[in-house]
Amino acid sequence: MMKNEMCLEFDSISANEAFARVTVAAFMTQMNPSMEEVADVKTAVSEAVTNAIIHGYEGEVHKIVIRGRIDGEWLELSVEDRGVGIADVEKAMEPLYTTRPELERSGMGFLFMEAFMDEVKVESEPGKGTAVMMKKRIGQRGE
Amino acid sequence: MRGSMKRKKSRGAAGTDSGMKVENRSLRIRVPAELDHHSAAQICAQADELVRTQDIREIVFDFSRTVFCDSSGVGMLMGRYKMMQALGGTVKAVRVQGRVERILMLSGVMKVIPVEREQGGNDDEK
Repeated sequence: MMKNEMCLEFDSISANEAFARVTVAAFMTQMNPSMEEVADVKTAVSEAVTNAIIHGYEGEVHKIVIRGRIDGEWLELSVEDRGVGIADVEKAMEPLYTTRPELERSGMGFLFMEAFMDEVKVESEPGKGTAVMMKKRIGQRGE
Repeated sequence: MRGSMKRKKSRGAAGTDSGMKVENRSLRIRVPAELDHHSAAQICAQADELVRTQDIREIVFDFSRTVFCDSSGVGMLMGRYKMMQALGGTVKAVRVQGRVERILMLSGVMKVIPVEREQGGNDDEK
């Protein structure tokens, strides 16, 4: 059974959104995913990283960590920041809910993560930071 | 940008990476290949400046080269829609295909903003 792990740490600047999703896409290629699966994961990673940049660190530059793990047909990802945290995770995950309407991000970040991954969990503590943990089963086509 | 590692194919529109053009009070925006929070913020800033300084009645987002879009792209469209609505103008998205179409459909943007598919593009992609 295939097993592999990676860890990626980078600055919370918006130019790194593309870097993060492309790197995760490269990591998962060994699972022989479909184009659709790669696109799903890239979107979910982009949402989580953007959240860390604009909500977690509120535009300040600190570190974001992505941990990736391949366990057989499962891809597991966590996107972590040590930013402000989320007081009410359930509320934050409601579609269209946003604390920063002026940033025009539509309030659909978590909706997209949940739509494109099989499992999304959020652990957060105000003042400590946030970890978004996502799982997706890869290689379901043609079965 | 100097020293970029990969040379881009020239695409006309000398120098303007943003690809914005105003014609007959219509602003046409060529959306880049990857539309995320980073690129959407740049487009919004430029578009809003043009709408503020010129008499623009319509914004047309051309998605023909866009292969990636996340919720920031949705926010960009909805934000421009609200702005133009307040000014009595309109917004539409054209030449949308594949992945982008799926995102716009899932988000419900299509119920609010007219979206035209790319003709003959990626019909095999389901």
